[in-house]
Amino acid sequence: MGKLPAHCQSAFYHLLLSLPATILYCRCAYAQVVPTGVKNEVLQKLCDSNASFETVSDLCEMAAHRDPRLQAIAACGKLRIAACYPRAVKGLFQQAGFPLPADTEILNMRTQTAQEIADALLSAAPATVA
Amino acid sequence: MITHTHRPLRVVLYEGNGSIQLPAESRAKVMMALLDKGYTVTRSSLGAPAMPHDERNLLVLGAFEGKAPALEDATGKITIDTCDITGLEPDAIVALVDKSRGEKTMNEPGKWKPWFPVIDYSRCTNCMQCLSFCLFDVYGVSDDNKIQVQNNDNCKTNCPACSRVCPEVAIMFPKYQAGPINGDEINEHEAGREKIKVDISSLLGGDIYSALKDRSAAAKSRFSKERSPDKALDERKKCLTKLVGDGFIPADVLASLPSTEEILKKAEIAKARAAAALAAQ
Repeated sequence: MGKLPAHCQSAFYHLLLSLPATILYCRCAYAQVVPTGVKNEVLQKLCDSNASFETVSDLCEMAAHRDPRLQAIAACGKLRIAACYPRAVKGLFQQAGFPLPADTEILNMRTQTAQEIADALLSAAPATVA
Repeated sequence: MITHTHRPLRVVLYEGNGSIQLPAESRAKVMMALLDKGYTVTRSSLGAPAMPHDERNLLVLGAFEGKAPALEDATGKITIDTCDITGLEPDAIVALVDKSRGEKTMNEPGKWKPWFPVIDYSRCTNCMQCLSFCLFDVYGVSDDNKIQVQNNDNCKTNCPACSRVCPEVAIMFPKYQAGPINGDEINEHEAGREKIKVDISSLLGGDIYSALKDRSAAAKSRFSKERSPDKALDERKKCLTKLVGDGFIPADVLASLPSTEEILKKAEIAKARAAAALAAQ
């Protein structure tokens, strides 16, 4: 396949930037380490929005058996994840064999407020990574 | 007990063309109920981009007002079922999903805790100390001689002992309460601790586990008699004191430990594996 002309590359790049990020919410349902109030409020705010989003019951549980859904998620390009510590989330995906793209934005429901997280998930601009 | 069978279906809460949007509160209740039961759920709304897809069957839920469309995958790889949830309460929707899943097995919250080490490879130096330390064969070595977690199921729930002895603070347990074991950022103090790399298996010689397993006075006495005046003793005492003081090895883990002879044998095997991997680097 030939290389795109420069002006097309630029247009393509801007198109990519304008695409909304895929939002992933982890419920952390298999252990009570994420404050219930925060995770409920984040999910409620996502539901209040018009955004499409992806939710999983527990990323740790999926990573434990290398769920192929993780591969689909890691391969989807721009990604914003509401879960827990970024180091742990990145490690889970890597250990499952599906490393996350370097620019993945990870919001931490164990330390950030629901409002901060929802704002970052739903904003058009790149989120502030925890 | 965990099953390593992947989730049999992906639930899609469809609110695009042809369906009526649910009230936000109902939507949240339905999603919470399904997630807390162990399902993965996609919310698909009008005009939003397609979600990443895999090859598992889809169950599409929507308020179709009695007219759930029949859908077919163009590639023929997966089946797509549609269900009308108009007017249904969250409990009834969960029951509908359960019915659609049928007898296919799926892990459910409350029956198992995903507890296993996660290696932060940006910190790991491949020193193999965790391989030497763990007596439950959780760790292994890849074809290219890199440390890796190979047997999640062998890990003892709530025991992060290997994380404590990692000299690079590179082992995380995401379900642990406190940092940095839970994946929290590492401060300078934590990064500087226990930088001395030691051969844990020969250092401890299995004594640490057997001593912890039986904390009776007799056991303590026996343990103390086994002390030797060499350099390793200081490290052993330091490590044992830390382990006991922190109380991070749960009673049920201690109770499930193998015999001293088995521990020594396992430690020797692990040590040999670690040495072989290091030599091959």
